[in-house]
Amino acid sequence: MPAVSKGDGMRGLAVFISDIRNCKSKEAEIKRINKELANIRSKFKGDKALDGYSKKKYVCKLLFIFLLGHDIDFGHMEAVNLLSSNKYTEKQIGYLFISVLVNSNSELIRLINNAIKNDLSSRNPTFMCLALHCIANVGSREMAEAFASEIPRILVAGDTMDSVKQSAALCLLRLYKTSPDLVLMGEWTSRVVHLLNDQHMGVVTAAISLITCLSQKNPDEFKTCVSLAVSRLSRIVSSASTDLQDYTYYFVPAPWLSCKLLRLLQCYPPPEDGAVKGRLVECLETILNKAQEPPKSKKVQHSNAKNAILFEAISLIIHYDSEPNLLVRACNQLGQFLQHRETNLRYLALESMCTLASSEFSHEAVKTHIETVINALKTERDVSVRQRAADLLYAMCDRSNAKQIVAEMLSYLETADYSIREEMVLKVAILAEKYAVDYSWYVDTILNLIRIAGDYVSEEVWYRVIQIVINRDDVQGYAAKTVFEALQAPACHENMVKVGGYILGEFGNLIAGDPRSSPLVQFNLLHSKFHLCSVPTRALLLSAYIKFINLFPETKATIQEVLRCDSQIRNSDVELQQRAVEYLKLSSIASTDVLATVLEEMPPFPERESSILAKLKKKKGPGAVSVTELEDSKREGGELNGGGDRGPDTAAMAASNAVSRLYHAEEGRQSKNVPTYVHFVSR
Amino acid sequence: CIRFILIQNRAGKTRLAKWYMQFDDDEKQKLIEEVHAVVTVRDAKHTNFVEFRNFKIIYRRYAGLYFCICVDVTDNNLAYLEGIHNFVEVLNEYFHNVCELDLVFNFYKVYTVVDEMFLAGEIRETSQTKVLKQLLMLQSLE
Repeated sequence: MPAVSKGDGMRGLAVFISDIRNCKSKEAEIKRINKELANIRSKFKGDKALDGYSKKKYVCKLLFIFLLGHDIDFGHMEAVNLLSSNKYTEKQIGYLFISVLVNSNSELIRLINNAIKNDLSSRNPTFMCLALHCIANVGSREMAEAFASEIPRILVAGDTMDSVKQSAALCLLRLYKTSPDLVLMGEWTSRVVHLLNDQHMGVVTAAISLITCLSQKNPDEFKTCVSLAVSRLSRIVSSASTDLQDYTYYFVPAPWLSCKLLRLLQCYPPPEDGAVKGRLVECLETILNKAQEPPKSKKVQHSNAKNAILFEAISLIIHYDSEPNLLVRACNQLGQFLQHRETNLRYLALESMCTLASSEFSHEAVKTHIETVINALKTERDVSVRQRAADLLYAMCDRSNAKQIVAEMLSYLETADYSIREEMVLKVAILAEKYAVDYSWYVDTILNLIRIAGDYVSEEVWYRVIQIVINRDDVQGYAAKTVFEALQAPACHENMVKVGGYILGEFGNLIAGDPRSSPLVQFNLLHSKFHLCSVPTRALLLSAYIKFINLFPETKATIQEVLRCDSQIRNSDVELQQRAVEYLKLSSIASTDVLATVLEEMPPFPERESSILAKLKKKKGPGAVSVTELEDSKREGGELNGGGDRGPDTAAMAASNAVSRLYHAEEGRQSKNVPTYVHFVSR
Repeated sequence: CIRFILIQNRAGKTRLAKWYMQFDDDEKQKLIEEVHAVVTVRDAKHTNFVEFRNFKIIYRRYAGLYFCICVDVTDNNLAYLEGIHNFVEVLNEYFHNVCELDLVFNFYKVYTVVDEMFLAGEIRETSQTKVLKQLLMLQSLE
């Protein structure tokens, strides 16, 4: 049993914990716990008033039992009693019990709030912190009502101790997040901003988190923080290694504070004041320079701390999107990380470069790394790193590299994790459509998608390829031929049968001249898959058959045979039966003229407003796409559900979100007259 | 911001669970099990970052213990990775070469260390010197 420290013994607790650990079975453990619970219950109910030490010990035991996973339905009163002790160790256990076992008993809440109130006004910084931590940990509405006006006062009062300020800042943050209506802006807000200048770095660290949150909701009220933050950051970044003693971590000065300052600056646009802006740009350049210097230590903690700042600085540079020099330097730095020994850095570089790819200033610079990224896609052993590589390829795709990128993504799709296939399919479909100059390439790509990952090709994707084939005369013959060949495969995906059935039904005539794809051959090919397909597919095939009768009168007899048989006209599915019966009738009584009119080739689809193809066409024509239209489609896309829960809609939205961003960037590039390649120093 | 901090051993026993957002007890248990499952299958070839529901987990293994911090997707991975290390170094100093048993027998003190360094889902204090000074002072109190 490890030595318990001198301050408080609580030997009884240590013995109890040992007993529990020595229990050989779950039953023995439960038995021992129940024994203890009975003991504590009787002590709490007993005639003799318990002394503070005993109360503390028992409440602590109850807490331990709760943390083991057993319910505790008593002890709250005793814990609240501990709060009024004037001994730190007793108060601490009382507050801990309450924080962990938050109780909605209103009687107790009143007593707890009372105790907190007393501790807050006690002028004892240790007790004040205990109270503030309790409020920050529990953060209930009742606590907010009781203390939301008191905490700001404590935070900015001249005589508040540093450690109390730290806790008050974060306590206020908690109350603001959970009950924003109760935390009113007031005199204290300007004084909170000045905490950025505090000489205690811990106070600054805590205050920044509060200011960052407040400025997101009240940007004007807190905008003076920008110049203070820049000054602070500048002082830290240019400090000698002997300054900031307590806050230097593995030779890096105040890394967490630096990151927080850079994060705060991301809440605002670039500073308007020239001097402030100049100082900030200098800062960012220094951070980028330091990344190139030989490291002061070989320890991974040193490089992680340094790189934490670097990545946050790059985030800020990307957020501003206005300094071409910095953007390109950032891109180069990330490019180096792409081949770093450490997986963490390669992952973060891929992720960060993704955002850089959509900036007009750095898009070209990002593209130069295409081979490295493709290699990462093929060779990285952590699937999340491969995923970032795929995301980056998608983000950096443009006309110049679309064919290469789509080919690589298709190849990756063959062996990709099932959880990411649907998103990959959508991305490939979007890229193929967006960058298609040659639509036969687009058709090939979609058919490949169906072949490789048919299960994950959602309806939107194959509807789209059909729409495009209908609308483009120049690719119809090619589509018919390709789909015909694809259907030859012994085991082809049902989605392929759908697409094939539709296309041959409309355009089978374009390949009917060749004896290898004569009408009867086409029909037999489709019909050979018929019995393997689901009801909706069969319905589609029946429609294709009646179209064949119209296109190829010589097939009429054969097809009518099929329609006539019991398995069609007496099919238990209403839709199939209806189609079979109606098509059969139509084929026998309608004249050839009527048949031809009814089964005329599909007219071109009207362009839908939100269709990706529509945007592509508009871009090629005169006049730019309106920014509001792009903004609207961006807003349509919601947040992506994390983890494995990517439904088709959210994935599609996220994908089209990214595409919208890309369009926006491309639009910007064209309208700003920026040269399409940026000179930079290559490594 | 931080959503929760967990210290678990390889077998799945929780040595510390600190929550910074509301979950009821069943949800907490489920989260604990999920985190353990996700983190223990990873090895040296993986990153120290893992997507987890709508968040991400930054974690590191120290001997038989996994230290996991669940943060927002937009948070700085390396900053929190070193945040964990900073915390571990403080524990190590405070408990004189900390081991798992120290965290078991002194569980109520571990919360104190956590609250010195993290509060309301944010980093509160990063100076090991200041934190240890405060912890020693508190230890001397009755």
